[in-house]
Amino acid sequence: MKIIVCVKQVPDTSEVRIDQKTGTMIREGVKSIINPDDLSGLEAALRIKDKNNAEVIALSMGPKQADNALRECLAMGVDRAILLSDRAFAGADTWVTSLVLSKAVELLSPDLVICGRQAIDGDTAQVGPQIAEHLNLPSVAYVSDIKLESNESLVVKRMFEDGYQSIRVKTPCLLTVLKEINEARYMRVSRIYNAYKADLVELWDNSTLGFDPLVLGLKGSPTKVKKSYTKGVKTAGKVFDVPPKEAARIIADKLKENYIL
Amino acid sequence: MKNNKNVLVYVEQRHGAIENVSIELLGIGKTLADKLNGDLYACIIGNDIENQSNEIGYFGAKKVYVVDNPILENYINESYTKSLTKVINVTKPEVVLVGATALGRDLAPRVSSRLHTGLTADCTSLDIDLETNNLLMTRPAFGGNLMATIVCPDHRPQMSTVRPGVMIKPTRDTSKTFEVIKVDASLTKADMNVEILETVKEAKKLIKIEDATVLISAGRGIGSKEKMEDIYKLADILTGEVSGSRAVVDMGWIDKDRQVGQTGKTVRPDLYLACGISGAIQHVSGMEDSNLVISINRNPQAAIFEVSDVGIVGDVNKIIPELIKELQK
Amino acid sequence: MEFGFKKEHDLLKQMLTEFTEKEVYPFAAEIDDQERFPVETLEKMVAAGIMGIPIPTEYGGEGGDYMGYILAVEEISKACATTGVVLSAHTSLCCAPIYEYGTEEQKQKYLVPLAKGEKLGAFALTEPNAGTDASRQETVALPDGDDFIINGSKIFITNAGYADVYIIMAMTDKAAGTRGITAFIVDADSKGFTVGPKEKKMGIRGSSTCELIFDNVRVPKENILGKLGYGFKIAMKTLDGGRIGIAAQAIGIAEGALNETIKYVKERKQFGRPISAFQNTQFELANMATKIDAGRMLLYRAAYKKDLKEPISSDAAMAKLYCSEVAMEVTSKAVQLHGGYGYSREYPIERMMRDAKITEIYEGTSEVQKMVISASLLK
Repeated sequence: MKIIVCVKQVPDTSEVRIDQKTGTMIREGVKSIINPDDLSGLEAALRIKDKNNAEVIALSMGPKQADNALRECLAMGVDRAILLSDRAFAGADTWVTSLVLSKAVELLSPDLVICGRQAIDGDTAQVGPQIAEHLNLPSVAYVSDIKLESNESLVVKRMFEDGYQSIRVKTPCLLTVLKEINEARYMRVSRIYNAYKADLVELWDNSTLGFDPLVLGLKGSPTKVKKSYTKGVKTAGKVFDVPPKEAARIIADKLKENYIL
Repeated sequence: MKNNKNVLVYVEQRHGAIENVSIELLGIGKTLADKLNGDLYACIIGNDIENQSNEIGYFGAKKVYVVDNPILENYINESYTKSLTKVINVTKPEVVLVGATALGRDLAPRVSSRLHTGLTADCTSLDIDLETNNLLMTRPAFGGNLMATIVCPDHRPQMSTVRPGVMIKPTRDTSKTFEVIKVDASLTKADMNVEILETVKEAKKLIKIEDATVLISAGRGIGSKEKMEDIYKLADILTGEVSGSRAVVDMGWIDKDRQVGQTGKTVRPDLYLACGISGAIQHVSGMEDSNLVISINRNPQAAIFEVSDVGIVGDVNKIIPELIKELQK
Repeated sequence: MEFGFKKEHDLLKQMLTEFTEKEVYPFAAEIDDQERFPVETLEKMVAAGIMGIPIPTEYGGEGGDYMGYILAVEEISKACATTGVVLSAHTSLCCAPIYEYGTEEQKQKYLVPLAKGEKLGAFALTEPNAGTDASRQETVALPDGDDFIINGSKIFITNAGYADVYIIMAMTDKAAGTRGITAFIVDADSKGFTVGPKEKKMGIRGSSTCELIFDNVRVPKENILGKLGYGFKIAMKTLDGGRIGIAAQAIGIAEGALNETIKYVKERKQFGRPISAFQNTQFELANMATKIDAGRMLLYRAAYKKDLKEPISSDAAMAKLYCSEVAMEVTSKAVQLHGGYGYSREYPIERMMRDAKITEIYEGTSEVQKMVISASLLK
């Protein structure tokens, strides 16, 4: 069985802070990590490999620095690591990202593609289903358990807000997995010492994928960022000394204002 | 695709019940349609769902497109994608709105890809740029640290998934007139490209407090173990979890694995509601990165107020029951 | 001096940092409080390959280097010095000498499972009457056919009771002095070998420290490590490597204490501002950080030289002497900056201070290190 896991290198958003003076996001010094949902995807694939002798390929689109994330995948135990990197890819929205990834997937013709449900920087959850659409593959999202029935058939648990479905899906197919599906393993020391051997991360640019540059990057992206802003400096809170009824109303209003209700 | 400046809302139903977010979308959808001088349309997909189409009309959709077919009994993204795409092709809307649910966030990406158009996820605010008539889709990114406004200028329809609970529900009005239109999406058995073996409804499982988006946290100030009942009730209403300070753990009012602070867990939920917690440094270090901190404490000098967005001076045991009443309205 | 650091070391450190955060830090207080051997953490260390870092893959290890092993002890000790010393004793006092002095058969039989982490190792030199003066070994091993019979006892043995393999120093020829000492590899399940009760200690309370008792323990002569009479030399060389491990443990403790203190002084407010705004705090932190960094340079130099197979006795002694003193000083200052909370077990600082003290004592006291350093000056 050949399994591709799509992996994104993301800034550790839990470390992102807002500059209290300027109200801008401080990205400096924030470390880059493998997106947590993708890490669970890797683990899910490696567990299949542990039991069933699969070939696991980590696939990422990103700048050259994403090489590090792929070395990490190698140290965790993947067999191949491929980085799709080209200036023409830069500025891609989810539509273009999924287009580029799907072309690489097509060239590799796997039995199973696993994506993390969503990335912590964008939180869109779109790339997985969109890859499946580009390739006309059956897909199941929000997966919290994978059981292999045979090389041709999987039974997966698909989560909803109020329950789950048990679904049988035939390969080739694409799954997007939740972080809860497993606890990812640590990199293995011996693999770490081998991870930086030259040529271990295969670099594919657009000459391999063969797209018209006009359909790629910012140009090819249907969506554009018009503006972005931080919510601003967190101002000192207000303290109210009021009767209980009014206090309750103040709290309820604040919850509404923050979309908690 | 020639567009008529209309807005189409995908109304999500599972097991025959319409999702709240879909009703909310009918509200914002109408606002956007008015700005575009167009109409609000809705689309509902499923099996044996005809009686829900009226309900959608009462909430303001002028035309309700229904794809009703036994094949659509369970959600399968292929059959639903095919159905929604068909309705979009028939109605040619300017804007398509989908609830950002576990279903909508799977369905919308496939539909947008099939239509080769843009999709913006998890929007918390939508508006029309009156100059260009473009939809302005604003959403949080970077773990909520950044807000971004996204446009989709050259592709139609402009698609967006919208966070539940953000938009205001329109009022239900049974005197409204509307048209129900059946759409045949030419579905075949082959569109059921996965096999649903079992559908299970289950109550929400216990989650780890580090993962909770809402935490109602109890401190010594609540006074007794019995008063924890109100805390749990409030957490239930806000679909959150209960946590506490070391003091309430030591007194056995809650379990150790719910303790926040130096010797407990570090949490950063969207809402941290501190009830009767004084805010000693070893507690604050475990929760100060929470997005919104609201605290209730009898002592106006309590340190917890220093890290709170909203502080309420008063008796937590009087305020919480009032808050529960207020929220149940 | 770059100490031969490569990208691999960065990636290793990243893994170790994550590992420590998730698997070590959350349990450190409990391990100390309950004086509990960190069995569960060790299982996870085995799975990640942490128990065999510097041993070549053909002997069950990870094919890494001593520097990588030192980084592991340092990172883990930032959160839990107990776990740090379990790793250190296993690797530098048991795996390393078998790798360096063992026969091929010994390596296959003992080193492979040790480096894989299937077995845990320990090393026994100290006796009730042979501490700093290690040459006065009273444990004896007398030949009997193809075997040796060991009698006597060892004290303060790290990993005792949990280890499967012990390296034991015993006198095989009393008249020959230190040249009459021989190293043996002894299986934990050998008949006549028993482990005494656990010492109640001030720090590193989760580590198992016990007496070993040998009552006519029969060991085949194939289990002699190195050659007959080479035991003292092997012990001294082994301790050179071990001392780098302890220096790493010490620097780890100091760094852990500094990190906790930085977090605390930013949060703690007195006189209306965080105590990090006071110059006293700032200057103390500056001193702590500078000393830690100086210690780390000595530590990495020693590890680097070990990887280059250069002589390290003096470098290792300097690293251990200085790093352990830094650990003691930094943890003491850290407690002071924490004030009353620092003395409370609710914060990890008092534990770190208790843990730090042992680094000035075991694997040669600070005084022994000074003897080693001065000997190399005066030779």
